[in-house]
Amino acid sequence: MLSKRVIACLDVRDGKLAKSVKFVDTKDIGDPVQKAKQYYEDGLDELVFYDITASSDNRSIMIDVVERVASQIFIPFSVGGGVRSVEDASRLRLAGAEKINVNSAAVKDPELIRRCSDAIGAQSVVLSMDVLRVTPSAAIASGYEIVINGGRTNTGLDALQWALRGQELGAGELVVNSIDADGTREGYELKLTRMIADAVRIPVIASGGAGMPEHLYDVLTEGRADAALVASMVHYGHYRVPELKAYLASRGLKIRTVPTVARARAPID
Amino acid sequence: MITIVDYNAGNLRSVKRACDAVGIESLFTQDADAVAKADKIIFPGVGHARTAMDTLQRTGLADAVRHAYQRGTPILGICLGAQLLLDSSEEGATQGFGFIPGRTRLFRVEDRSLKIPHMGWNTVVVEQAHPLLSTLRPGDELYFVHSYYLDPSDAHHVYATTEHGLRFCVALGKDNLFATQFHPEKSGPVGLGLLARFASWDGSPC
Repeated sequence: MLSKRVIACLDVRDGKLAKSVKFVDTKDIGDPVQKAKQYYEDGLDELVFYDITASSDNRSIMIDVVERVASQIFIPFSVGGGVRSVEDASRLRLAGAEKINVNSAAVKDPELIRRCSDAIGAQSVVLSMDVLRVTPSAAIASGYEIVINGGRTNTGLDALQWALRGQELGAGELVVNSIDADGTREGYELKLTRMIADAVRIPVIASGGAGMPEHLYDVLTEGRADAALVASMVHYGHYRVPELKAYLASRGLKIRTVPTVARARAPID
Repeated sequence: MITIVDYNAGNLRSVKRACDAVGIESLFTQDADAVAKADKIIFPGVGHARTAMDTLQRTGLADAVRHAYQRGTPILGICLGAQLLLDSSEEGATQGFGFIPGRTRLFRVEDRSLKIPHMGWNTVVVEQAHPLLSTLRPGDELYFVHSYYLDPSDAHHVYATTEHGLRFCVALGKDNLFATQFHPEKSGPVGLGLLARFASWDGSPC
């Protein structure tokens, strides 16, 4: 039986760590590679790096970050933000990212998912979706709409339909990020997460709103998520990864226990 | 020195980096001769079985791996590199190397709550002792990502299993050949431990 995963998301701007709150006013909080290494040693299951660099001139800095991460961290990690082509995806993959995340660019050009999936394999393509709660309508029956450009632009796409479409186009995993919950630390959007997790056959990562260990438990049980994404609650030191995992395990979830790094060098007997 | 077979398999560099991290010297090569003469081989793989096998045949790397196996070179297959060691794969109706009898099958799970691909950390149960598994402890989890699973026909070749809708083989071996469905290079300290064991393995299964 698979363990539920705890994933940390690191927003990176110009090669430095940042954490957005409601997608506005980001502030730097350190070196992403250093932070990633600490999480790895703490037994984190997976990492996501989101490149929020505004200028395309500075995109190559991200490749350098990815290469540095890949040489020190031996758990899967994905990279998103600014992936607009198969070339972007292949470059990040080659630099050492296990998976790439597509978001806005896939909304504008859904076939991008298929092209990436064909090029690097479905297991390496994550469809990340930013979702806003809306009044249900004929066009958006689920009451959840896909938004892009960091939450600023509505698309008229129903989140549930988009999730199914993404799966069909060859995404191997989904990140469901609630714009309403993001940065609130009041808990994940359980109804949204469950609706999508129940509808698709690929794994779902819940994102947005984590503030307490209970929130992770709720989204991994009631929300039916396969993994829970955390950011500020661990970045600012409110909670440590082993503490979160110990809590989830104590509530009866199957969680990967954290072996010590020293075991990697076990001598031959 | 470990020779990593380079046939455009996605996880090549990850494997090299993991070897670097535990102080194992390695190189990757597309040169069939170098593979045939290698001291030790890692045969990685991510991607489509048919595409991979076609590339291996076309480049002569398939013959080189076969030759290396026959001359007793210790070989570690990873993921697709494990699946191709069996007779055949359901993925693209592909002929494998046939070093170990059996086939690679697509997960067909009824339970809709079980996600495919089988992606994430799962507990590996050792079924038979093997030098490469000797650092594993009960309850250890390793990282998986795959939609097809190993189904060797003889239980004798099954060294470890896990469970996802069904219990299946995740480590198989025969003579100087050992292969894992999980990714040691992405499985944290436990996976790195296995790679470190491979570096000093003499190719004997016990």
